[in-house]
Amino acid sequence: MFRVGDGWLKLIDSYVFLERLRDLIYQLLELRDRALEEGKLLPGIKAGTPLVKYGFISMFKSGVIMDVTNEKQAEIAEDAGAVGVMVLDKLPYDVRMTGGVARSASLDVIKRVMDTVTIPVSAKCRIGHYEEAKLLEEIGVDLIDESEVLTPVDEKAHIDKWRFKTPFVNGARNLPEALRRIYEGASMIRTKGEPGTGNVAEAVKHMKSVNRDIAVLRGYYLAGDIEAIWVYAKENRVPYELALLTARLGRMPVVNFAAGGIATPADAALMMWLGSDGVFVGSGIFKSADPEVRAKAIVLATAYYDDPESVVEAQRIVSETASMPGLDIRRLKPEELMQVRGE
Amino acid sequence: MVVVGVLSLQGDFLEHIQLLATMSNVKPKHVKMPRDLSDVDALIIPGGESTTIGRLMKIKGLDKAVVDFAREGRPVMGTCAGAILLAKSVVDRVVGKVNQPILELMDIAVVRNAFGRQRESFETNVLVEGLGSIKVVFIRAPAIIDAWGDAKIISYIDYPDIGRVGAVAVQRNMLAVVFHPEISGDTKLYEYLISMSRR
Repeated sequence: MFRVGDGWLKLIDSYVFLERLRDLIYQLLELRDRALEEGKLLPGIKAGTPLVKYGFISMFKSGVIMDVTNEKQAEIAEDAGAVGVMVLDKLPYDVRMTGGVARSASLDVIKRVMDTVTIPVSAKCRIGHYEEAKLLEEIGVDLIDESEVLTPVDEKAHIDKWRFKTPFVNGARNLPEALRRIYEGASMIRTKGEPGTGNVAEAVKHMKSVNRDIAVLRGYYLAGDIEAIWVYAKENRVPYELALLTARLGRMPVVNFAAGGIATPADAALMMWLGSDGVFVGSGIFKSADPEVRAKAIVLATAYYDDPESVVEAQRIVSETASMPGLDIRRLKPEELMQVRGE
Repeated sequence: MVVVGVLSLQGDFLEHIQLLATMSNVKPKHVKMPRDLSDVDALIIPGGESTTIGRLMKIKGLDKAVVDFAREGRPVMGTCAGAILLAKSVVDRVVGKVNQPILELMDIAVVRNAFGRQRESFETNVLVEGLGSIKVVFIRAPAIIDAWGDAKIISYIDYPDIGRVGAVAVQRNMLAVVFHPEISGDTKLYEYLISMSRR
């Protein structure tokens, strides 16, 4: 192809053109920089980006998020040093006792809590209930928990969380479940535990299961066995990229909290010691006989879990006779288990 | 070698530590007890919940230890929650008067949650006097609305409906930063903090 003349451009003309184009781009960049320096241009402001979501969640670390049902409890939580509150219609223990369908809390109650405390306010929506989540985002909730404590509306498909500007937290019993939620757009993971029981056993089981899978993946990675990571991803129905990311990090790729059955400062310290980034306390505080001091003690034990003296101090603040009575998980009927909802 | 301590009670202290670890001639150190400050050249108070960090600081006497540390002239940088803790005056945009322990080290006034809730959190570029443009993340960020005495605002942000408010303030050996350089990974402010420890 050596056509010239009659509307055909010589190759050399294209080089000249591209060079001019480059000069033009540099000139535009210079103009922009000069305008920025003189404060004439508004820098771009981008809200709801993944970085903004993951960044926000990382501020919760080593903190305690407490379940509350009204603004008075929210104030107690804030005064005790909670990093956030989770507004519910009923505490998980009461959800269990009452039965029936459990839904998102009243928007008025959530709004009142938002107007009372300065710390972030979270609320729960039902698994798969896109519209409940949309409402929570609309009123300005800081974090949405797509939670198995409420009655799921879709056991097969969770909400597509990438469509929201508000970050989501999801429960998981093991690493594959967690990675599936992260793939769907969850910015934060928590163990499911068995909510409303005051029994931390299930949360421990879930955290240890996560830790073991991470150790296995890390081992494959260090051994250079990418094939094994491939097989892990396939067998566990998780995206290979997320399995590989976990293997490279050697930890959960997002902030990972403990939840479900935490009732005492020692419970919280135990979960931190197992590698949790922080804890959710549900019924444990406001179903106890000493919520004010217990809330403070759990905050102390979470931040100073690695200092036995502090955990002793925290545990001495609370009295075991005041702890919530709790339920033995082995006595729950299979249909009463909440942790199996939405895998 | 400069030892930079990061207050590690609550918040994103790990992000600070990991970023400091990538810098040459810097040794990051977790600070959880007053005794941890003894060999620290500069201190960072990280982001997190200022109410939580403020309350936890009192338990082991870290509040007094950090005030002494700053009064001795050793550099301190507070990011987001850390900036709130350094300020002399704090109010919340919605709740108004707040009841939280603060260190009252810097002659600045801040408004908590000035830009709104998490839904309004954003990433952007800001210009900092002497450091140039920095890519940063504002998360439920406070704003510096006043500085007096020898405190000086060295970076502003223009935000729709709010107008021009302070994003970074400096006073002698102290630096209040309302955004998160540790989340966007820019080390310019860290270098500035470390240069203060050499002065």
